[in-house]
Amino acid sequence: MSDLEKINSIFNAKIDSVKTKEDLQNIKTEFFGKNGQITLQFKTLGSLNPDNRKEFASKLNNIKDDLTSQIEQKSFELENIEINEKLKNEKVDVTLPIRPYRQGKVHPVSQVIDEISSIFSEIGFSVAEGPDVETEYNNFTALNTPEDHPARDMHDTFYLEKNKKLLLRTHTSPVQIRAMLNGKPPFKIIVPGRTYRCDSDQTHAPMFHQLEGLHIDKNITMGHLKGCLDYFIKEFFEVKNIKMRFRPSHFPFTEPSAEVDIGYSIENEKIVIGEGDKWLEVLGCGMVHPNVLKNAKVDPKKFQGFAFGMGIDRLAMLKYGINDLRAFFESDYRWLSHFGFDPSDVPTNYRGLSK
Amino acid sequence: MGAPNARDGLVTIYAPPGATIPKTKFQLKVAKIRGVESRGMLCSESELNLSDESEGIIELENKEKEIGKSYFKSKSEKAIDIAITPNRADCLGIRGIARDLSSTGIGKLIPLKKKKINQSIKHLIKISISKETNQGCLAFGSCYIKNITNKESPDWLKNKLLALGLKPISAVVDITNYVMFDLNRPLHAYDADKIDKEIIVRNSKEGEEFEALDNKKYKLKKGMCVIADKSSVLGLGGIVGGTKTSTEITTKNVLLESAYFLPRSIRKTARELTLNTDAKYRFERGIDPNSVIEGLEIATELILRICGGQASKFIVAGKNSQKGKTINFEIKNFENLIGIAISVNEAQKILTSLGFKCKKGKKNLKVEVPSWRPDINEVVDLIEELIRIKGFKNIKLIEPERKRKNETLNFRQKLFHLSQRLLASKGYLETVTWSFTDSKIDKQFSKGEKDIAILNPISSDLDVLRRSILSNLAIYLKKNQDRGYEDLSLFEIGPVFFGKNPGEQQIVIGALKSGKVGRKSWIDKERNIDIFDIKSDAMKTLIEFGIQEQNLYVSENSKQCYHPGRSGSITFKSEKGPLLAYFGEIHPAIIKKLDLKEPNVYGLEIFINNIPEPNKKIRQTKKSFQASDYQKSERDFAFIIDKSFKVGLLEKLIKEVDENIIQKVVTFDIFEGESIPRDKKSVAINVTLQAADRTLSEKDLDQISKKIIEVVQNKTGAIIRS
Repeated sequence: MSDLEKINSIFNAKIDSVKTKEDLQNIKTEFFGKNGQITLQFKTLGSLNPDNRKEFASKLNNIKDDLTSQIEQKSFELENIEINEKLKNEKVDVTLPIRPYRQGKVHPVSQVIDEISSIFSEIGFSVAEGPDVETEYNNFTALNTPEDHPARDMHDTFYLEKNKKLLLRTHTSPVQIRAMLNGKPPFKIIVPGRTYRCDSDQTHAPMFHQLEGLHIDKNITMGHLKGCLDYFIKEFFEVKNIKMRFRPSHFPFTEPSAEVDIGYSIENEKIVIGEGDKWLEVLGCGMVHPNVLKNAKVDPKKFQGFAFGMGIDRLAMLKYGINDLRAFFESDYRWLSHFGFDPSDVPTNYRGLSK
Repeated sequence: MGAPNARDGLVTIYAPPGATIPKTKFQLKVAKIRGVESRGMLCSESELNLSDESEGIIELENKEKEIGKSYFKSKSEKAIDIAITPNRADCLGIRGIARDLSSTGIGKLIPLKKKKINQSIKHLIKISISKETNQGCLAFGSCYIKNITNKESPDWLKNKLLALGLKPISAVVDITNYVMFDLNRPLHAYDADKIDKEIIVRNSKEGEEFEALDNKKYKLKKGMCVIADKSSVLGLGGIVGGTKTSTEITTKNVLLESAYFLPRSIRKTARELTLNTDAKYRFERGIDPNSVIEGLEIATELILRICGGQASKFIVAGKNSQKGKTINFEIKNFENLIGIAISVNEAQKILTSLGFKCKKGKKNLKVEVPSWRPDINEVVDLIEELIRIKGFKNIKLIEPERKRKNETLNFRQKLFHLSQRLLASKGYLETVTWSFTDSKIDKQFSKGEKDIAILNPISSDLDVLRRSILSNLAIYLKKNQDRGYEDLSLFEIGPVFFGKNPGEQQIVIGALKSGKVGRKSWIDKERNIDIFDIKSDAMKTLIEFGIQEQNLYVSENSKQCYHPGRSGSITFKSEKGPLLAYFGEIHPAIIKKLDLKEPNVYGLEIFINNIPEPNKKIRQTKKSFQASDYQKSERDFAFIIDKSFKVGLLEKLIKEVDENIIQKVVTFDIFEGESIPRDKKSVAINVTLQAADRTLSEKDLDQISKKIIEVVQNKTGAIIRS
């Protein structure tokens, strides 16, 4: 056994018995220290003849690299053991609860208005607004509902003045008048907003939300109205097909007027909008009455178009399975948490309207 | 439950288990009520939809023989409720509905059979319509019928009325009601013997009184259309008759009225007296003005048939009939509006089936509107008739174009939608409350301006339009606290009003936050929500709107609904700039008044309308990106400064010492106490220094530190703490 082989076997025996960092340091010194066994071997190199030196040097370097890497390996192992030992004492119970936080939510009405705006944005509608307090003229008269018109009885109106000239708008339709008076045709707007009627029971709230739509241009027909509503209903309820029917009705500000029903069925006690064999009224619509256009300074001989109105709260109820309209406005923390939407759930066209 | 008139021997109506109560649509079951097994119930008139009478159960007098028989002999369950839109007065009679049905192909409209009436006697009552402005009566037709035997109506008539939900009274009254519902032709029958000499249709005088058939006395205003005799008012024309001349079972001689009243006049009178009757409902919507004679014919024949007697000739005071309207209808207009074509022939067929008279041209129809259709005035009205009968389902839908020419939302609308997400992402639940509120609460939050009162509120605690967004939030915060929740964050975005005129409103974000942070946390110490929580929410929201932080000017100016020492406002750029927000602790006096269980409540208001609209997008105004690769250094300073001196101002002063090098200024400690004079505080500030072009040397740092100390000491009178 050569010297080098001897050194190697001594080293192997020692490294196996290393338990601590100190042991390892001792080995390091014993072999690679100033007078270490390997160091000493290097010192003999000078005294060898050139032929032997080369061969010996090569062997020695190999053995040095081998031993060094073994020491590194051992050092790594020892450190791992040490870390693991330390981590053992750092264990926490991960099932403990997170820090208390308050989860904010967006109200279903706001969410649905965002959805609606996104849908109508795709086909070029802009959002318009008007004041909550309206003149009797804008709310009724300009909309072809003169003072002695019985249709006024259908609206239980909140008044701000004895002479009934100022009121809380009973529908979003007066915004039609404002928008048309403030601009030039064509008009393509939707108007989501608060509306008010003074009745209050299980299915009526004194305030609710309406969505008005108005499209006035040169050749807009009832075919466009049908296409627009069919598109909207499909997009809103996120279904491929929808059964829709127009029922004759009467609104003073449209002629012809219709109410629109959509098909639905009940599955597992839940309303499924789309095809089913039951009908649900969802909106009113029609072709804008020439008198309304005249009142809004639009020439009915040149321009025509459609208008529609629907209950936003009702749409929200249908889509998200909410039963009680009154609860929308009662600010019950539990209800708001349950039906509210995560603020990051912004309805978009590319990610879809709802999760 | 429990009728005051229930007694032994009473004959009444019994609904067995399984029966459905007409009013409530509730199906009776065998159930225990107050511990006693109940098998069915005894009914009031109201419960059976016979009348509004709900005091006690029905008393059937002299009906002992019918005990055990069914009360409803008619097949009233076959009644169909139809909601009639206000334009279709003609469909307030069965005949109008039948005409519409036949037009759509359901059944055939059979012409009314004229029955011969023997009109042998003389009309004994003089009738006149006084000529005056605003005379509401155009025609007053009548028939005098004598020697009748008024009685209970025959079953066929009674059952029809019951099915309509009417209470049979006597043959004469029942006949007038029957004709009204059958033909939409309201009639009135007077006991002719109670009329003082003659009938005068005239305008009422101020203060005239009369007792109507509802047994109420009405005091009339000037100018209401009344039917009167020589001595007094007998009835309100077209609305309600009076007790003075009402028919009774003993009535012998009858004056039957069939008149035409102007809708406007009817509506005005009824509204002023808040009266609603079946006749009024029809007249105000417009009945057929040419049905005066027809109504008399049908009703007189029925009275003679059922009650006997002899009838006079019909006399009509005023105009007997009115000329119809004619509309020239270019057929092409249909396609222009509806999107599909109709032929002249088809249009003619439909219109004719609805009672229109048409003269056919090549491409047009000359259409005469039937007298029972006051709602048809112009071409679009005809188009509607055509499409509703032809069927909306035949309209081909045109797919909408996916094209956007204008932006969907404007600047402020974008802020509105964004703010909902911003507040919710800060842990607030969005709520939507009424735009009106309780004036008593709203007063606490507004500046004591005049109430914007609603004249007819649904309840006395929702009586004003809100001047503050916080009023309802506070009310609902309390309701939630009363449910046992203390740590609440609520917000609303909506209109707040500053006047009663249209447009005197602005959109405000309001938020309330109550309770603690880290309540019952195993890991953190719990603490009260404080003003810096709410300030942070306000500031962050404004920054997220796109306003740069250095443009948010914070001052202690606030309003009286907040704690005077723990509230402030944020204005744009300077103290006098547009008001962006208020924030602070809600005034303890308000908390006390509201009696909140968790009194630690903070609020904020953000005024979206005041946020200046930048004329450029952020991307256009953003500075180019520069980041220094040289080492940064930090220096700490502690100043002893007047207690009232605003730290915000101190930070600003330091920043301005050298904006190129001073990157960040952070206040990390405020200390007041023993080691410091009573009117002073110690403010510890950390300053981050970094140059763009070099590593700052010790010398540079010393120099700038010296400058900072100098500026602060000179401008604020502060002293650096060793």
